[in-house]
Amino acid sequence: MKRSFLPFVPTLTLAVMIGPVIAGLYGTILPAFGHMPAIGVVGPHLDTFRALGDWPGLPRAITLSLTTGIGATLIALIIVALLTAGWSGTRPFRALERALSPLLSVPHAAAAFGLAFLIAPSGWVSRLTSPWLTGWDRPPDLLIVQDQMGLTMMAGLIVKEVPFLLLMTLSALGQTDATRARAVAQALGYSRTTGWLKTVFPRVYAQIRLPVYVVLAYAMSVVDVAIILGPNTPPPLSVQIVTWMSEPDLALRLQAAAAALLQLALVIAALIGWRIGETVVAALGKRWIAAGGRGRADVAISALLLGFGTVSALAVLLGLAVLGVWSIAGFWGFPDALPDSFTLKNWMRHGMNATDALAETALIACTVTLAAIILTIGCLEAEYRHGLTVSQRSIWLLYLPLLIPQTAFLPGLQIMLLSIGADIGRTPVMLAHLVFVLPYVFLSLADPFRAWDARTGTVAAALGASPDRVLWQVRLPMLLRPILTAAAVGLAVSVGQYLPTLLIGGGRVSTLTTEAVALASGGDRRAIGVYGLMQTGAALVPFALALLLPAFIWRNRQGLRHG
Amino acid sequence: MKHLALLAALTLPTAGLAQTDPADWDAVTAAAKGQTVYWNAWGGSTTTNDFIAWVGDRVAEDYGVTLEHVKLTDTADAVTRVIAEKQAGENDDGAIDMIWINGANFAAMKEADLLFGPFAEQLPNWQFVDVDGKTVQTDFTVPVEGYEAPWAMAQVVFIHDTADLAAPLGDMNAILEWAQANPGRFTYPQPPDFLGTTFLKQALVDLIDDTSVLADPATDDNYDDVTAPLWAYLDALKPALWREGRVYPATGPAQLQLIADDEVDLAISFSPGEATAAIANNQLPDTVRTFVLDGGTIGNASFVAVPYNSGSTEGAMVVANFLMSPEAQVRAQNPEILGYGTVLNMDALSVDDRAAFDALELGIATLSPAELGTVQAEPHPSWMTRIAQDWATRYGVSE
Repeated sequence: MKRSFLPFVPTLTLAVMIGPVIAGLYGTILPAFGHMPAIGVVGPHLDTFRALGDWPGLPRAITLSLTTGIGATLIALIIVALLTAGWSGTRPFRALERALSPLLSVPHAAAAFGLAFLIAPSGWVSRLTSPWLTGWDRPPDLLIVQDQMGLTMMAGLIVKEVPFLLLMTLSALGQTDATRARAVAQALGYSRTTGWLKTVFPRVYAQIRLPVYVVLAYAMSVVDVAIILGPNTPPPLSVQIVTWMSEPDLALRLQAAAAALLQLALVIAALIGWRIGETVVAALGKRWIAAGGRGRADVAISALLLGFGTVSALAVLLGLAVLGVWSIAGFWGFPDALPDSFTLKNWMRHGMNATDALAETALIACTVTLAAIILTIGCLEAEYRHGLTVSQRSIWLLYLPLLIPQTAFLPGLQIMLLSIGADIGRTPVMLAHLVFVLPYVFLSLADPFRAWDARTGTVAAALGASPDRVLWQVRLPMLLRPILTAAAVGLAVSVGQYLPTLLIGGGRVSTLTTEAVALASGGDRRAIGVYGLMQTGAALVPFALALLLPAFIWRNRQGLRHG
Repeated sequence: MKHLALLAALTLPTAGLAQTDPADWDAVTAAAKGQTVYWNAWGGSTTTNDFIAWVGDRVAEDYGVTLEHVKLTDTADAVTRVIAEKQAGENDDGAIDMIWINGANFAAMKEADLLFGPFAEQLPNWQFVDVDGKTVQTDFTVPVEGYEAPWAMAQVVFIHDTADLAAPLGDMNAILEWAQANPGRFTYPQPPDFLGTTFLKQALVDLIDDTSVLADPATDDNYDDVTAPLWAYLDALKPALWREGRVYPATGPAQLQLIADDEVDLAISFSPGEATAAIANNQLPDTVRTFVLDGGTIGNASFVAVPYNSGSTEGAMVVANFLMSPEAQVRAQNPEILGYGTVLNMDALSVDDRAAFDALELGIATLSPAELGTVQAEPHPSWMTRIAQDWATRYGVSE
């Protein structure tokens, strides 16, 4: 049964991953051109795009989507590249790496709340320095959070994307022969940073190109971070799409679909622009390399970048700390550094609801991750047994759900699910989560799975073990650690999903993330503190388990402890 | 337990198909037993969320009805959902069983035949409702006709921090003058947020001399003239607002956080008891008080309505009826819990129930019914729809 099914797993996996995206896009295109027979509008025509063009906020919304998305990606990439260039292999770098990697799983919304509570004019930083340093006895009237240019929103994205790109870079480093390249460069008199940038970075970038594109597409169309940190007069385009989707006026629904297509076009244009930029940078870079400068300002740049990296990690960690303080705060006026009193009242008030949301979150995340792990292992095992190798070209398919903006296809998917009469609720939400969880689980597990020494399998087979037995009793136990890590990644991705849960769940599915973002509009920092912490815990605990469990299970198998 | 009920609701999709006659209360409660009611209600206020959770406990206890609070950021979301379901042909068991609603959303749903009913006046607790003294049979001038059941009265008050703004301000122009003298210390929620549009309405009602024109739908002929004073007022106010009006708080409660952070000193509220409740919850400093304008402020009722395609109409009616019960109304009026005005007529209550209302302490920041003064009528919803759109064009996409 299983043996006959295995060859179809890769096809099934692709269908599960790409199917909803294509269905959603299809469901978006028709209404965008004014065709929605269900409500008596028959197209195709361009009136919806005309109506969209008449919205006075459009130019600014588009600009914001572009500037915040491209800006955040570019700055995060520069920080990661220069940081790795100047410091990889050193002790401070390893410390920073250790501090940043758990931050990868902190949900975007929680990190955004933490940042807002830190840097608002009445935030923690201002409270800690007032009035003795700043002279403020009441908060200054400064537009920091939700600023018109989206700078705070960019900062919120950067602190979350730096850990992601850094870990991607580190895993790419292993395949680039970086140590020797750097040694040669330094022997030729290049300083540390310049030598790395000239010899290693081009190779690393080729490896992390797709993750960078994912960051770009994500940052341009993010909704939850934009709601919390972004401007609202007008908001970035993606937030406006979600707003229009929820208006009673149906014409606006069509307009939302048109805007969703525009958002897709913007992302595609930005990706093409980025690709062109790569060529330009490569050409300039070649000249820079050929010029042979050994790098003189390196030390200052490295120090500056270590500073940036530290601030970026601190922003998230202190943000989580201030969420914690608010969650147990009594009255906390400005400019007190700490609340008047501490109380568990907030936890008791929100605990019940938050526990329900936690159960829902866990149920969805565990089911989806389990499905993703099974499909991924099925694909990889099919590849191993039947030689169904994924070509380099089709790795793009894996990234497709991450490159197409969520706001472009989820609205269409919602309309489509409703029109085929599918029951909304938990199961469709799980399927929608799977679209985003699968690629991450696959990417996380593929390399360790393929790197497994096949000779072990040959030995087991020679001892009479069937292929299934080799898989279950040899391969999977040996790969316990990477499997658990992939599961932790999958859980964290599922926990952090906002838009799929909101739109596909029809409001009936309340996870910690949807509850927390809903609270953002009410501004109750105590409630947000409770939900933000629980949300972070839901994403972080699996990572801790992924680290601890193998050590515990293999306590008497020294060689397997580190997988 | 909750999941079991959900499972039961999912596996028995036909359970709610036959809608029971609201007047046959025994049949209603019998059919309601075991139903799950998805109440879509704005979820931005933690005190309200707690109250709804309590209602859920009570109806589960007395009637075996499971109440799920679907927390909305905007009531329009629920309206959209029902519209989408109607398009998709989901006419029997939609996602929404009950909506906290009033004003334009009610007008839109009633107009489009998206509501179940009439049912409200057949409910047993309707006998206690103050039909004459409170605006429970019209909603923003639109006749209710039993398509929604009232559960709370609201009236505009202004919350001020006496540490920075000691004396009440008498009218909208006094607010403008104070704001200009204290730039950056006042703001209002961003329309189309409910409370943001309420601020615009309150300003309009206070600024124009003849408010009778607002009772009828706005026309292309009179709209510009009538609203001109409002736009002049807002143009003058904007530079003096918090962050110079370049950003607005998303909702009413977000203003409370701003007062607590000492970022602003004045905020609008649609609930006379909200400030007292917020002080009790550590959300506001105890120097906060409330005031109303000399000429009075706008008031209206909050209702619950049932979508036409709810699969649990009986359960929803049970909840609606419970919300109008003296027990729920006393709790809602308690300033330490919610501080919402009651919809009930004190004279219609039993001696014990009336005593329970009399025993309530109003709280330090709550005005007495006499101090709340004149209640001004809500304008026809058409005014607000147009004003909210114009606001978005003028200020919502600024710079």
